[in-house]
Amino acid sequence: MLILECPCCGVRGEETEFHGGGEAHIKRSGPGSSDEAFHDYLFAKENPRGVHFERWRHVYGCGKWFHAARCTQTLEVFGTYSAQTTEPPQDIKDKISARRPGWTWREFA
Amino acid sequence: MSEAQSALRGTWHKGLVTVAEAGLQGMITLRGQTGEAGFADAVKQATGLDLPDTRTIVAADKRAIAWMSPDEWLLMCPYEDAHDMVAGLRAALAGRHHLVENVSDARAMFTLDGDDATLREVLAKLAPVDLHPERFGPGEMRRTRFAQVPGAFWLTAPGAARVVCFRSVAQYMYDLLCVASSEGSAVGYFKP
Ligand SMILES: [Zn+2]
Repeated sequence: MLILECPCCGVRGEETEFHGGGEAHIKRSGPGSSDEAFHDYLFAKENPRGVHFERWRHVYGCGKWFHAARCTQTLEVFGTYSAQTTEPPQDIKDKISARRPGWTWREFA
Repeated sequence: MSEAQSALRGTWHKGLVTVAEAGLQGMITLRGQTGEAGFADAVKQATGLDLPDTRTIVAADKRAIAWMSPDEWLLMCPYEDAHDMVAGLRAALAGRHHLVENVSDARAMFTLDGDDATLREVLAKLAPVDLHPERFGPGEMRRTRFAQVPGAFWLTAPGAARVVCFRSVAQYMYDLLCVASSEGSAVGYFKP
């Protein structure tokens, strides 16, 4: 079971109270971008075994969006953080480094 | 004007706990920004109630305000007072970023009464919430799901809970609560 803590309201809830919103920190490629960049934006998603960053919504609770850093293999949650950011905050990255030394994910490490 | 009717017209059932549809209940959605200077004062002026802290509910007299999200609250009052309450809130909040709407007829409310440990168990069968007495007590407001539908609940006292949901799923919610509290289904999980 996946347990997430919503950073917006503080509820520590079980997975079914939330809804996954796909990969986090995606950079949009729209009009003016190359076909390849647009294709990658739409379809080329990370699917790691291990450290992953996702968007989640507290859909049955406060209704707010947030980010989660977790391990897809063990369901360990390294932390949840605000939706209003384009990259994981340093304290979240530090927590991951403590648990998974040498981790990388897209351009983050 | 037509006569207002609550979703299940006060239907009730006595099992492990007594489940009853609460009848007509005034409910008002309030949205705005807590951080904005004067917002809480304006709400207090119109309702007589302080904005509750995160995940809590404050009640006084026949009124209550429940936290719903960082920028949303549910105000409860007698059904016949809701219209005037909305007008009062809109006047008090004029010029500010806000939303006030009478949602009384869009919601249903249920009361659950009985032994505290049993009542906690009935709720815990349906909602993914830690209902241990040390983790959840009166005064806390919890938005969550009940089986397949959204709902919110709070304890008004030990052994007394209220559940609110959308009116469109009132029958489903009532059936859920009745099944979860049916005779012979006791687990005894929260019994000391
Ligand atoms: Zn939340």
